Amino acid sequence: MALDCGVFHTTYESDMRLRRTPVERARMALFVAFLLVFPFIASPYWLNLANQIGIATIGAIGLNILVGYTGQVSLGQGAFMAVGAYGAGLLTLRLGLPWGVSILGGCILTAAVGTFFGLPSLRLKGLYLAIATLAAQEIVEWVVTHWTALTGGTEALVIPAPRLFGARMNSDFNFYWVVTVLALLTAVFTANLFRSRIGRAFVAVRDQDVAASVIGVNVFRTKLLAFATSSFIVGLAGGLIAYYRNIVTWERFTLETSIFYLAMIIVGGLGSIRGAFFGAALITLLPAAITNLGRALQDSAPAVAVQLPNIQQAVFGLVIILFLIFEPEGLSKMWRNVKDYFHVWPFAYRRGGSRGG
Amino acid sequence: MEVFLQLTVSGFSTGMIYALAAVGFVVIYKSSDVINFAQGELLLFGTYLTFFTVVQLGLPWTVGVLLTLVVAIGIGLAIERLVLRPLIGEPIISMIMVTVGLSSVLRAIVNAIWGPRPRAFPPFMPTNEVHIGPAIVSADRLIAIPIALLLLVLLAVFFRRTRDGIAMRAIADDQMAALSMGISIPRVFAVAWAIAAVTAAVGGIMLGNIVGVSGNVSAVGLRVFPVVILGGLDSIGGAVVGGAIIGLLEVYVGGYVGAGLNLIIPYIVLVLVLMVRPYGLFGKEIIERV
Repeated sequence: MALDCGVFHTTYESDMRLRRTPVERARMALFVAFLLVFPFIASPYWLNLANQIGIATIGAIGLNILVGYTGQVSLGQGAFMAVGAYGAGLLTLRLGLPWGVSILGGCILTAAVGTFFGLPSLRLKGLYLAIATLAAQEIVEWVVTHWTALTGGTEALVIPAPRLFGARMNSDFNFYWVVTVLALLTAVFTANLFRSRIGRAFVAVRDQDVAASVIGVNVFRTKLLAFATSSFIVGLAGGLIAYYRNIVTWERFTLETSIFYLAMIIVGGLGSIRGAFFGAALITLLPAAITNLGRALQDSAPAVAVQLPNIQQAVFGLVIILFLIFEPEGLSKMWRNVKDYFHVWPFAYRRGGSRGG
Repeated sequence: MEVFLQLTVSGFSTGMIYALAAVGFVVIYKSSDVINFAQGELLLFGTYLTFFTVVQLGLPWTVGVLLTLVVAIGIGLAIERLVLRPLIGEPIISMIMVTVGLSSVLRAIVNAIWGPRPRAFPPFMPTNEVHIGPAIVSADRLIAIPIALLLLVLLAVFFRRTRDGIAMRAIADDQMAALSMGISIPRVFAVAWAIAAVTAAVGGIMLGNIVGVSGNVSAVGLRVFPVVILGGLDSIGGAVVGGAIIGLLEVYVGGYVGAGLNLIIPYIVLVLVLMVRPYGLFGKEIIERV
């Protein structure tokens, strides 16, 4: 890890902290303060977007654990979210469990399903595993739409609104707190996970699986654990979507969803929690911004407004392609570049070494 | 028996269209290790370009199809040059995502130009019914079989006899050695994409004739994965056999079992193959295990 100029850690505790310099801590405090103030100043429209970003951040962090940190490419994100959403919804509908418990139940169920579809990783690597998870996506989608007795098939599943102390929790304002707290908890959990033995094993498997197994990492178990951890968090995102919308439909969890989430972590930066947040925000805000642009143009240039869905799709694809070609490490690297620029200003050179986070 | 024959012919012709889509996929994977998620969109372009030249421009269908193939080559070359070449040597996830992004852009372009409304495909293929024993099959489905097979034979000849074809095999075998023998890798990659685009365009024309001119054509892009995994990712023959098997399996399951199981059976096969024999029927056995 690169050290900041003039910062000397004299104890292990200070060296191991997540935020190691006063500036970093101040920035974090500022961010949290913003999160606290935001719902009081934001319009319902922005609150809704913020909630979507919060849910997407949780899902993207979950996917990042698997893809970015452990190097197991997964196209089954949509399927795992579906398991979380349907699991949470059905536990409430069929067993009458309170919503918090059924979301947790959905997470555990997703972790189980994710581990099951992680089993091919015993034999398969890289591309073959990606195709296996593609099959997982298609199979789960098929089961959800065809097991009508359980899931209602292609009909939407309507679930009761979540309540806490008598208040409806899925209003934009109330849900904001649920999502934000859970997103922060997920981020802190993940940041700490990768300071532990287990998390380091994930990274070792990604970087060199043979070397990892030589130094005593049980590669297969580690991969399965990565699938389980990742799916648990992804299931949480799925459950939250279910309760935020009050409704579960299979259209929300298709292969397209998987691709959206992969795009988030690519654009944000693989193997970075901050990147997952940046990516989730960009990929969520981009279509919204284009929609607004279209509304603005409705009168002056109706021809453009008509093409809006196509523009959205093209921009989405272009963003992925351009990031991969010009900044493969994503927004989190750009953020680091900006920080470095101001850090050494007025000099133009960069701080050596790269830092995760 | 009658039903069986009917299903067999229709399954086989669908299978040959899958094979056409899969061959392009295999050629790209073989030479450059790129997994092309935009294969379905290349088919889509084939369908729409033919629709454009024959119906909208009113050209005779021979000229229209020829023009479609030429433009397809151009698209293939452009994709290779602009999108794939900067990413040579990047990790698998980048390769997957860049073609995913590409498919998104291509679909947007097609939708922007021609709109989402399904259209009728220009009727230049024979549509009369052909009697094979007790079964009745429409000729447009039947004709897909000889055309696909002819194209695949041409490809086989290309790989055995021509300079570029042999260069492609050399690169698939050992990139370093091929480089040191003076083979231009970018040129070979470009040829691979051109071939993929052309075979996909032919597949798109066949498919457009059967299902009509609509976005549904690109759904075949995902069907390619079971086909190539079953046949072996780097085997052209495997793509043909895999295509036939998956096509037949789909219609048999659809015809005899029903319940929408035909939609999912290719993926169940895919998972089974990956578990038991990941390199497929004819693929090279180079799976690395830990």
